[in-house]
Amino acid sequence: MWNSLKTMWIVFLHMFRRRVTIQYPDEKPNIPPRWRGRIILSRDPDGEERCVACYLCAAACPVDCIALQATEDEHGRRYPEFFRINFSRCIFCGYCEEACPTDAIQLTPDFEMGEYNRKNLVYEKEDLLIDGTGKYPGYNFYRVAGATIGGKNKGEAENEAPPVDPHSLLP
Amino acid sequence: MNEWAIIWANLILILAIVFAFSAMLSWIERRLLGLWQDRYGPNRVGPFGVLQIVADSIKLLTKEDWIPPFADRAVFVLAPAIVAVTTLLAFAVVPIAPGIGVVDLNIGLLFFLAMSSLGVYSIVLGGWASNSKYSLLGGLRAAAQMLSYEVFMGLALMGVVMLADSFNLRDIVAAQENLWFCVPQILGLATFAVAGIAEARRLPFDLPESENELVAGFHTEYSSMKFGLFFIGEYVGITLISAMIVTLFFGGWLGPLLPPLVWFLLKTFIVVACFVLLRAALPRPRYDQLMAYGWKVMLPVTLVNLLITGAVVLSTA
Repeated sequence: MWNSLKTMWIVFLHMFRRRVTIQYPDEKPNIPPRWRGRIILSRDPDGEERCVACYLCAAACPVDCIALQATEDEHGRRYPEFFRINFSRCIFCGYCEEACPTDAIQLTPDFEMGEYNRKNLVYEKEDLLIDGTGKYPGYNFYRVAGATIGGKNKGEAENEAPPVDPHSLLP
Repeated sequence: MNEWAIIWANLILILAIVFAFSAMLSWIERRLLGLWQDRYGPNRVGPFGVLQIVADSIKLLTKEDWIPPFADRAVFVLAPAIVAVTTLLAFAVVPIAPGIGVVDLNIGLLFFLAMSSLGVYSIVLGGWASNSKYSLLGGLRAAAQMLSYEVFMGLALMGVVMLADSFNLRDIVAAQENLWFCVPQILGLATFAVAGIAEARRLPFDLPESENELVAGFHTEYSSMKFGLFFIGEYVGITLISAMIVTLFFGGWLGPLLPPLVWFLLKTFIVVACFVLLRAALPRPRYDQLMAYGWKVMLPVTLVNLLITGAVVLSTA
């Protein structure tokens, strides 16, 4: 009996506490930057697409919601011909971001993706591609990678030594 | 002719007050629960969410009124009406203020007890007619709980009757002119409040419903406005028990400065808020604990209270 009364008194005192509810549509919640929300494709600092269409994100995706087709431009630079994410399947696990070798695919803190038509949840490349670098400013895959593309030969990347000639006997 | 006009005016006024208050109670309860649980509760429909009940009623009225094929049709339809009718009938004897009240029965208290006892039929029959195991379990629990708590509910009030020397509720209120019965009858108040909560099937004692074990207990199979009637019955029941606690122990309409009607409504609201606080604070006991509490604690306390009151009344008479 005494315990019950004490409980009631404590609950009554909660009247004077601050409410924890965030009234969502009126008041936006504070979302941590590592939140796994809407997926985007970022560009490198030069404004080129970061994605090299390696298919690793599509392979890592547990629900197979990513579809893309690789192609090359005239400089030998790989890029996706199309890149499609079906957000009605996506479970926002972030495995694609972990798998991406070029930091192209990234998850953002945006979660407001409601649609009246289910087909509108299929995002094409022009919906996914953003103008900025996303979470990793300054990173440019082709500048640090050894791959040869038009205008850049082997050994010309940043922090890269000139290639060794295996036919030469000199050290 | 004039007499009839006054009676009709009273009838309509009381029905309006009771219905409006009980309907608002569903919103008040949810807001108060929110307040005590550090959240808001319904605050979207209308200012502060006061129109929530309108939205809820529209939803209840437009839902499919489903009667399960395995149910006992006639009883199934009748059951929810009983609880609404009996609780509303009991309001006929509640003395709201001087001149406001439907009838002035000289056995008003007995009428109230009779009506609140009849309410149990609604629950038991509803659970039985649904013909499903959860409903039946809820109905069973309701029958046992209400019968055992009824025993000392009546007895708890006998102390008040002894002090007031009347079964007439207006005389009982008038007898509290000098001292509210909550002081000399503190044990009676405690036991009556517990019995009242059990009678209204409110949270610490809502075993007939107990949603975490029995889905929704006796009204598992009910939908639409039949479910709504059970709900109206429950909320009118809370209002009734609160009004009776105010009438019998807290001096009814008596109070300084403010008009009697305002005093009565204010006191009733405070008691209702206490009911909601109970719901916010206390967990539901186990079924055997409930029974043991009723028979082994509450009934003896009531009898002791009765003996003491009797002795005091005899010695001072």
